Amino acid sequence: METTREGIVCNNLDQMDVVFDRTEVLHDTPTSYCPGCSHSVVHRLIMEVIDELGILENTIGVAPVGCSVFAYHFMNVDMQQAAHGRATAVATGIKRVLPDKIVFSYQGDGDLAAIGTAETIHTINRGENIVMIFINNGIYGMTGGQMAPTTLEGDVTSTTPHGRDVHIQGHAIKITEMIAIMDGAYYVTRQAVNSAKTVRKCKKAIKQAFQYQIDGKGGTSYVEVVSNCPSGWKMTPIEANKKIDEEVLGYYPLGDLKTPPKGA
Amino acid sequence: MNEELIVAGFGGQGVLSMGMTLAYAGMVEDKYVAWIPSYGPEMRGGTANCTVIVSDTNVSSPIISSYDTAIVLNQPSLEKFEPKVKPGGILIYESNNVLNPPTRKDIDIYAIPAAIEAAKLGNKKTMNMIILGAFLAKRPLVSVKSIMEGLSKVLPERNHHLLPVNKKALKHGMELIK
Amino acid sequence: MGKKLLMKGNEALAEAAIRAGVKGYFGYPITPQSELLEYMATNLDSRGGVFVQAESEVAAINMVYGASGTGVRVMTSTSSPGFSLMQEGISYMACAELPCLLVNVVRGGPGLGTIQPSQGDYFQAVKGGGHGDYKLIVLAPNSVQEMADFVYLGFDLTDKYRNPVLILTDGALGQMMESVEFPEYNPEEHLVDHSSWTTVGRENGREQHYITSLHLLSEKMEEINIHLQDKYKTIQKNETRFESIMTEDADILIVAFGLSSRSSQKALELAREQGLKVGILRPITLFPFPSDELKRLANSVKGILVVEMNAGQMVEDVRLSVGSNIPVDFYGRMGGMIPQPDEIVQKIKDLSKQVKI
Ligand SMILES: Cc1ncc(C[n+]2csc(CCOP(=O)(O)OP(=O)(O)O)c2C)c(N)n1
Ligand code: SF4
Ligand SMILES: [Mg+2]
Repeated sequence: METTREGIVCNNLDQMDVVFDRTEVLHDTPTSYCPGCSHSVVHRLIMEVIDELGILENTIGVAPVGCSVFAYHFMNVDMQQAAHGRATAVATGIKRVLPDKIVFSYQGDGDLAAIGTAETIHTINRGENIVMIFINNGIYGMTGGQMAPTTLEGDVTSTTPHGRDVHIQGHAIKITEMIAIMDGAYYVTRQAVNSAKTVRKCKKAIKQAFQYQIDGKGGTSYVEVVSNCPSGWKMTPIEANKKIDEEVLGYYPLGDLKTPPKGA
Repeated sequence: MNEELIVAGFGGQGVLSMGMTLAYAGMVEDKYVAWIPSYGPEMRGGTANCTVIVSDTNVSSPIISSYDTAIVLNQPSLEKFEPKVKPGGILIYESNNVLNPPTRKDIDIYAIPAAIEAAKLGNKKTMNMIILGAFLAKRPLVSVKSIMEGLSKVLPERNHHLLPVNKKALKHGMELIK
Repeated sequence: MGKKLLMKGNEALAEAAIRAGVKGYFGYPITPQSELLEYMATNLDSRGGVFVQAESEVAAINMVYGASGTGVRVMTSTSSPGFSLMQEGISYMACAELPCLLVNVVRGGPGLGTIQPSQGDYFQAVKGGGHGDYKLIVLAPNSVQEMADFVYLGFDLTDKYRNPVLILTDGALGQMMESVEFPEYNPEEHLVDHSSWTTVGRENGREQHYITSLHLLSEKMEEINIHLQDKYKTIQKNETRFESIMTEDADILIVAFGLSSRSSQKALELAREQGLKVGILRPITLFPFPSDELKRLANSVKGILVVEMNAGQMVEDVRLSVGSNIPVDFYGRMGGMIPQPDEIVQKIKDLSKQVKI
C-alpha cells in the first residue's frame, strides 16, 4: 500500500500510469476558491505552462484585487500584489526595469475592465511585452456578487436586482474586442475553461501567449478566459458551466481576435 | 555687493532671458546668484517678470519685497514696480513702451529708447541687451565678457550666430545711458 | 564637488536622481513639475535608466510599485492634484515596505487651484496622506542646491528604511535658478542589498518571494502595524534634521520650512538691522519633525512665529511640540502667494509688542 503525494491511498501505485500530477509550480495547498470556480483551473494552466516552458526562474506575476488577490499563495512564482485595477501598471514597472524577465498579470473583470480600464488600454497601447490574463466571470466575485462591467443584459446581481438594464447600467463591455483593434496588441484571444475541450485549448493559448513574450516579438499578449462564478451566479458549478455555453458565449464568442501576422 | 533687481515687461520682450544672462554672468564670476521667474499663463502674452540677485554672499531669499533696481519694459510693469524700488535705487525703463513716465524723486531714473535703437541695429530682439548694457554702465556687477559667456548659455546653439550683434547691442546700451 | 552649474530646481533634482543611479522614472505631466519629467525623458534612457510617461498619476505610482519590487532605485514626481491621485499606491508601498523617491512640487489648492507655489500639502505629506497608519520620510529643500542634495539623501534613506521618501518642494523652488554643485556620489557604494525580498524570478530555484500589503488576519495586520510604528520611531530618533539660524540670542523664533524659510531669512536680516533679536528654526525633515529642538528653544525665546504658504498647517505641529507656555503666532499666505519679507517683519514687530520685548 502506498500513498500519493496528495495523500490518496493506493494499492498498486507503481503499476499505474500517472495521467495527472500537480505541477511543482503550484503551492501544495488547497486554494481558497469556491468549488468549481474557474480561477483554480486557470491558475493550474498558467503554472503548468510556466513549468513546461522552463521559465520559473525568471517569471514574475502580478495579482489583482478580486477573488484571486491571494494568487501568490497558490502560484509558486515570484509575485506582486497590485492595487485594484493597477496590475498592468505594476507589470509595466517590472518589465521596464527588467526587460529580460517574463512578466504576467492576472485580473478579474472589475479589475481589468472597470476600475483599471485606463491602465489596461494604455498598457496595450504601449505594447508592453507582457502576458495579460483576464478572468471574465461577469460579476464582482470577491465583494459578493455585484454587477461587473461584463455582466450580461438582464442578469440579476446584488446591484442589479431587477436585472441589468442597458439603458440604465450600460452594456456588457466588449473590452477584448476593443483591445483587438489596438496596434500594441500582438495576440488577443478569448478562451473558456468550462469543459475538458475548452481547458485544453485555453492552455494552448496561454502557452502561445508566453511563447510570444519569450520570443520578444513586441506587443502585448492577452488571453481572456470566459469564466464562471458559481457562488456569485448562485448556481452549481455544472449549471454555471452550462450557462456559459448557452448564454455567455453567444455574447462573448470564443476564438482568436488577433493573431500575429504570418511569418512574424 | 548685493544687487537685487526685477526685470519686467511683456512676454516676448526677452525679459526672462535678460535676467538669466545676468545670473549666468554672475555665476561665471563666482558670485552667488538667484533667478526666479513668474511663470505660467502670465507668461503667455501678459506680463512676465523675473527677480535676479547677484551677491558676494549667500542669497538669503529669492523672494524680496523691494529692489535695488527695477528694469521695466512696459507701462503696467512700471506702475507695478516703481513703488518697490528702494530709496536711492535705480529705475530704467524702455521709453518707447511707456506713455506715462515715472515720477519718483528719490531714485535715479533713466529712459532708454531701446526698441528704436534695436531696430537701428537691424535686430529688434536685441532690445533687451541694449537695456542690460545701460544697466551695467550704472551698476558694473559683471564684465561684458561674463555677460557674453552667460548669453552663450541662454541662447540656443542654433542662434549663436547672433552673439556678435548682441554684443554690439550691449555696448551700445552702455553708451546710450551716458 | 564638481563644477558650479546654474540650473532650475526641477532640473537639478532630476540630474541628481540620474547621478544617484535611478533606474526607473514614471511620471505624468503637470505644472509646475514638468521640467523634471522632461529632463528625465531627454536624459534617463541614455544614462542607464528607463523613462515612462504613464497615462495618469495612478498608473505612474503603480509602475513605481512594480519596479521598486525588483530592488532598483525608482522614483516619480508630480504636483499637488497628481499627488492626491497617488495616495492609494503610496499607502500600498508604505505597507509593503517598498523603497522609492517621491517628489511633490506643490502648487496652490484646493481643487485645480493655481500653478503658483504653495505649501498647502503639508498635512497630506506628514500625516500620512492616504489611508491607514503610515508615515513618509519628508524632506523639505529650500534651495536649488538642496533640491539636488536631498535626492541622494532621499535614496539613501528609502533604501535604508524600506520606506517611501517624499521631497516636498514647491513651484517656485522648482522653477527658480540658482547655482548648484553635484557632489561626488557613486551609487554602487550606497546601494543596499535587497535580494532577500525582491521579486525577480525564483533564481536557482530559491523559495518564492512575494510583495503584498494584504493581511486579512487582524492579529497579523496589527503585528505589521507595530513593526511600522517601531520603524517610524527609529526614524524619528536617527533622522531628524533641521537648521538653526541665530537662535542662540533670539527673543523671537521663526519656524519655517522650504521657500518660506528663505523669505523668513530675509526678514530676519531686516529685523536684526532694526535691533530685533530674531532666530530661525528650519525643519529639514518634516517627518520626523524636530519637536525636541523646538521644545528646547521654547525655553529661551519669548515668542514663536510660524511662517507658511498655507492657512496654518505646520503651526499645529509647533504648538503640539511647545505646549501652551509660550505664544505661538502664525503668518501665512495662500493660493500661490508667497509671504514677503516686509510682511514677516511686521508680524515680528507685532509679536514683539505682544510679548513685551
Ligand atoms: C480602490 C478599491 N475599490 C474597491 C475595492 C473593493 N473590491 C475588491 S475586489 C472588487 C471587485 C473584484 O471583481 P473582479 O475584478 O471581477 O474579480 P473577481 O472577484 O470577480 O475575480 C472590488 C470592487 C478595492 N479593493 N479597492
Ligand atoms: S466568489 Fe466566484 S469568483 Fe470568487 S472564488 Fe467563488 S466562485 Fe470563484
Ligand atoms: Mg469578476
